[in-house]
Parts: sequence; C-alpha cells; structure tokens
Amino acid sequence: MYHKEKSIQVKNSASALYNNLGVLRIAPRHLTYFTVVHANVVNMVSASWDGLNYSHRQLQSKEPNVATSTSLIMQAAFCPLPSRDLLVVTSQKGIQMYESDGSIMVYWHALDTPETPTAQAVFARGISAVRESYICVGVSSGAILVFDVPIKGSNITLSEVLKEHKESITDIAPECSGQPGMECIADLVSADDGGNLYVDCIILWKGTVVAGYGTGQIHLYEAVTGILHAEINAHARWIYSLDIAPFSGLLLSAAEDSLVRVWHLTMTPETNSVEVAHLHNECVTDTQICGAKFCDGDGYAFAVTGYDLSEIIRYTQS
Amino acid sequence: MSSRTLPLLFINLGGEMLYILDQRLRAQNIPADKAKKVMNDIITTMFNKKFLEELFKPQELYSKKALRTVFDRLAHASIMRLNQASMDKLYDLMTMAFKYQVLLCPRPKDILLISFNHMDAIKDFVKDTPSILSQVDETYQQLIEMYTTLCSGEFQLIRQTLLIFFQDMHIRVSALCCLLLCFPLCQVSIFLKDKVQNSNGRFVLPTSGPVPYGTQVPGLIRMFSCTGEEVTRLQFNNGGNYTAALREGSFEIFRDRVTKLGTNMYSVSRPVETHMSGTSKNSAQHTKVNTAPNPLAKEELNLLAKLMGGLEVPKSGNADNGFRVNLFNTDEEEEEALISRPGDLSYGVINIQATKDQQVNAELAKIMGEFTESGEQSPSSSSKGDDLLAMMDGL
Repeated sequence: MYHKEKSIQVKNSASALYNNLGVLRIAPRHLTYFTVVHANVVNMVSASWDGLNYSHRQLQSKEPNVATSTSLIMQAAFCPLPSRDLLVVTSQKGIQMYESDGSIMVYWHALDTPETPTAQAVFARGISAVRESYICVGVSSGAILVFDVPIKGSNITLSEVLKEHKESITDIAPECSGQPGMECIADLVSADDGGNLYVDCIILWKGTVVAGYGTGQIHLYEAVTGILHAEINAHARWIYSLDIAPFSGLLLSAAEDSLVRVWHLTMTPETNSVEVAHLHNECVTDTQICGAKFCDGDGYAFAVTGYDLSEIIRYTQS
Repeated sequence: MSSRTLPLLFINLGGEMLYILDQRLRAQNIPADKAKKVMNDIITTMFNKKFLEELFKPQELYSKKALRTVFDRLAHASIMRLNQASMDKLYDLMTMAFKYQVLLCPRPKDILLISFNHMDAIKDFVKDTPSILSQVDETYQQLIEMYTTLCSGEFQLIRQTLLIFFQDMHIRVSALCCLLLCFPLCQVSIFLKDKVQNSNGRFVLPTSGPVPYGTQVPGLIRMFSCTGEEVTRLQFNNGGNYTAALREGSFEIFRDRVTKLGTNMYSVSRPVETHMSGTSKNSAQHTKVNTAPNPLAKEELNLLAKLMGGLEVPKSGNADNGFRVNLFNTDEEEEEALISRPGDLSYGVINIQATKDQQVNAELAKIMGEFTESGEQSPSSSSKGDDLLAMMDGL
C-alpha cells in the first residue's frame, strides 16, 4: 500500500517526546516544512516537492535573562489558522510562537517557574489551533492557555485560562473534519496524565475522539456522550503519535514498538456507528518511533521520526 | 524535564559500575580481602547519608561532564586505581548498559524494577557488613517512598529525561551474555547467536516476546453498539511475534522483580570489548545541552563536595596497599585505547584531588570565584559558596 521514499537528513537526532514531528504543507510554493525536536533545539527542514531543494534552520528554546537557553523543548507544532500559519514551540520555561517558516519569533509567554525546582515538573505541552483565531497550549499544572491570534502581527494575547484538568496535559486536538462550514459540537479535546490508563495522543474528527494509550490501545469514543465505539489492541508499547488525514479518514498510529500502522475510519451517521479497518504496517527496525504524520489531507504520504535517528523517513502510496 | 530523575540515574549507573569492577577484580585475581575492601568502600561512599540527601532533592539532571566527575571520584574511593583509558571504558560500559535497560524497559514504571535489581545486587555485595547494609536498606526506603506512588505518566517523563541524557551515544559493547538474561523463556542456544547491538552501535529492539504487563497482544479490533454490546471482532496481522505478558514484578524490598534488566550480566567471566568507530560522526552533530560557561554548576559542586566529604583520605602509608585495575586484557591494550580514543568522545573530567589540605579549599574557591566573575548573580550564591568552604574546612 505504501512504499518507502528517500529520507530527509536532519542535523540532530530526534528526542523521545510525544508527537515529535511537525508537518506543514505550503501548496502555493510546492514546499513542505518539517520540524523535529532535539533537546533544546528545533530542527526545521523546508523540502521542495520535486525533491531537489532542502533548506535547514534551527530554533533554540528561550528563557528569560539567559543568552543561550538549555531548557528542554517538549513539543513543536504547526498551527494552521485561516489567516496565517504559526509554529508553536513549548518548553520547560515557556511558549514561543514563530512565523511558520521559523524566521521571526512573534510571541513569547513565560511560564511561572519556581526559584528552586519542585517535585512537580513545570513545562508546557499539547498544542492546537482552534476555530478561526485561537491557539491553545496545555501546561503541566493541568491548565490550558487560550491565546487570541490577530490576522497578522505580533499582538497575540492570552485571553483565557481553562482549568478543567487537575493533572499534566499530555495532548490537545481540535475538531479537524476539514469541511468548512460544518457545525462543530465540540471544538477541542484534551487529555491528561491522571488515571490508570495513560492517554498521550488524541484526535478529534467528525465528532469522534481517537485516543492513544500508554498500554498500546487505541479507543474511539463519541465526543459528546463518551460512548465507546471501538477498542483496538493496536501496539505492544506506548503510543507516541496519532494523526488523521481528514479528507479520507485514514488514521496513522506510531509507537515505541517500532511499528507505524495505517487504519481506515468510516462514520455512518445514520446508525451513529464508527468502523475501523486495519490497512497497513510499516516497521522501522530497531527504532522507537516518536513522531508520525500524514503529509497531506488525503493521507497519500506520511513521514516518521524515531529516537536517536537523524532522519525523517517518508512513505508514499504505491 | 522530570526533577526526580537523578537518583535513579545515579543508582543504576553505580550498580553497573559495581558489576564491572567486581568482574575485573575477579578476572585480575585480586586477593579477596582487598577486593572486598574496594567494593565496601565504594558502596559506603555511594550511600553516604549527606550525599544521598543532596541527590534526592528535586533538581534537573547534571551535565554529562559533572556526572562523569562524580563517578571518577566514586571509583577512586578506595585503594584501587584506574588509568584514564580504563576509567573511560568503565564509564562507556556503565552508560551503554543503562541506556540499553532504559530503552528495552517494557513499561516506564519498570525503571523502578531495574533500580531494585541493582539495589538487590548491591545488598548482596555488602551482606556481611551490617553498617553498610543498613545504609543500603535506608536508601531502599527512600526509593520506595519517593517512587512507588508516582503514576505511569510521571515515570514516562523520567524515562524521556533519561533518553535525552543518553541521546546519540552509540558505543558498541560486545557482551553477548546479557541477552541470555533478558529473555528467560527462550532457548539459550538460539539466542547466543543473536546480537544485542548492530554494528553501528544501535540496540536491537525485538518485535517479539512478551508484551509489557497491562498491555494486550496487538491484533484485535472490537466494535461496539451504542448500548455497549460488542458488535464485531476483527483480527489483523500485527507484524511481529508477540506473546502474552508475564506476571508483574514486585516493588517491595524482598521480592521477585520478574525482569532481568538490571541484573548482573558480567557474572560469567567474559572479556567485554568496546568499539569507538562510527560514533564520532554522530558526536559531531551532537548539540550540547548544557552549554553553561562554567565547568560545574553550583548544585553539581555541592554534590561533589558532599561526596568528597564522605571519602576517607588515603594515608601515604597505604601506598603498597593500593593497586591498579585494568579494564583491558593487557597494559599495552590500555595504552593503545587511550591514544586512539576520538577526541570528541573524551569526557573532559575535572580533576579535583580529594586530600584534606588547603589546596582543596583553594581549588574549589577558585571554581566558585569563576561563577561570580561571569556575572551569574543569584541571591544565595554567596551563602552557597560559604557553605561549601565551611564543609571542606570541617573535613
């Protein structure tokens, strides 16, 4: 179903963090941007679709009063909004927002960090663009910060703090049905650290929540009622990444067990049912995968990163 | 990331170091009483009360350089001496062994089981010395107190922090015997032929064997109706060869851990080689995480001071009591290893002699002085410096 393409070499290896791959497709310029986090640095690659041009850039984590920050980055993700695309980078010290090509930092929000370290770690993790002009970021305290993003410029403001969770946020996802004008009942789903089943990856699509667990299971729930639609014994280790191709309903899951799996989700609104079919496996030998994302809305191609690997592996439909 | 990582890193690396030293002491036929003294001295220093107090405080991980310095001091806590090349090799083996254990750890919580395996073995080394045994027991209690209540998300954060620390280390270790201990259910003869590492230094991550406790074997999709009844069951090919989980290991003091990760893989006398080739390319790409201009951060110096505070100063009369341990098969091999080690793989150890004299104070004071000169002002920096010097004076 898919075959391997030529990998993209990256300056540093990927760190073992959830969702450690960001992908943004710039159709008008025939480019795709990729981001991979390595400790306190984000490696960005801009790849032309003809495979001939690659340009690299590195972004550093930031902290107040220090020239070179060593604070570790938890996540880097693209936030596509109708008016503009931003790159959001979260670390132990705060939240940085850049123009999507990484050229300019447009906003910096510092987290409240105590003078001496406490047992509870402080960091931000879980990034999502919501509706037309908001970016939501999760924090280790369990809060979700909601930022208001203007159409252009750097006048981004923190407009609200949601305090529903008591535990560290692990992931946040927007409703991404990809159909403009569709009525959204739920805008956002968030997951946290608490409870016996640890959810580290989450997706919201056409009113269905897809959750990836530390036990290797994937569960599908109806967003509004919480009814369990399906339960998959998907992986033998922790799931590190989930992604959906909104136009085709293809689902991508990747875990520490070296496997990437492609599934197909079908919604039948009449019977209020969701069906899952398994389509394909790819094994990245001897690698704990930490990021896997589709490169386009149909799921025609996807990219993968792994711990200690200095490349982005790509697969395309045959 | 996690501020609770350092105790686990230290105890597990310390445990691996003791396994290796124990094996080398036996391989070199060091007399039993001397060997025992070395092991006892190192273990009692490792579990020094003040040192552990410092270690267990919530804090970020130390830099690689600082941690290496701590282990240098620890290895020299007794009458045993190691040359630079042997110390380098010892540290390579320790770090790669623990990296392997962290990578292959089935559930993040199992890192605690691995730590307990190391602790169990250390207890066994000192079972004849009640005073040191009680130090070890106390540490057990501290570990249980601090870690058994953490949720799996916290353990995963600890594991991720450790993996960032070990990132890009690919030194090849040929210790075939360790595979024997990691897969207890399988035929020994088959697995002796398999490798633990590839020729490029990456560990083999099998897609077979038992799944972690709490995980199901992949391959099943269940779909439900709105009323919760199972409507369909589908099987799919999981691409591996998995079996059901083993029973859970125990987190109490005297129990079966089930996992073999963290147990002594050197208990059979086997020469263990390390190879440097192929790693320098990765090292060049490696971005140093701790690029602080000072060689040691204040906190790291504190730890070092506490460690040295627990050291007994070797008296000059003990010169004939001392001996050298070689991690290689011959002295020539050791010399050759030192010369041929790629520059970017050297650990850049800071040498601080642990002698009870004014020179120590002066050296530490100089390092502390470098802090204030570089402009890193913090309200408590002067008092921390004073505490340090006071502690050295009290030795």
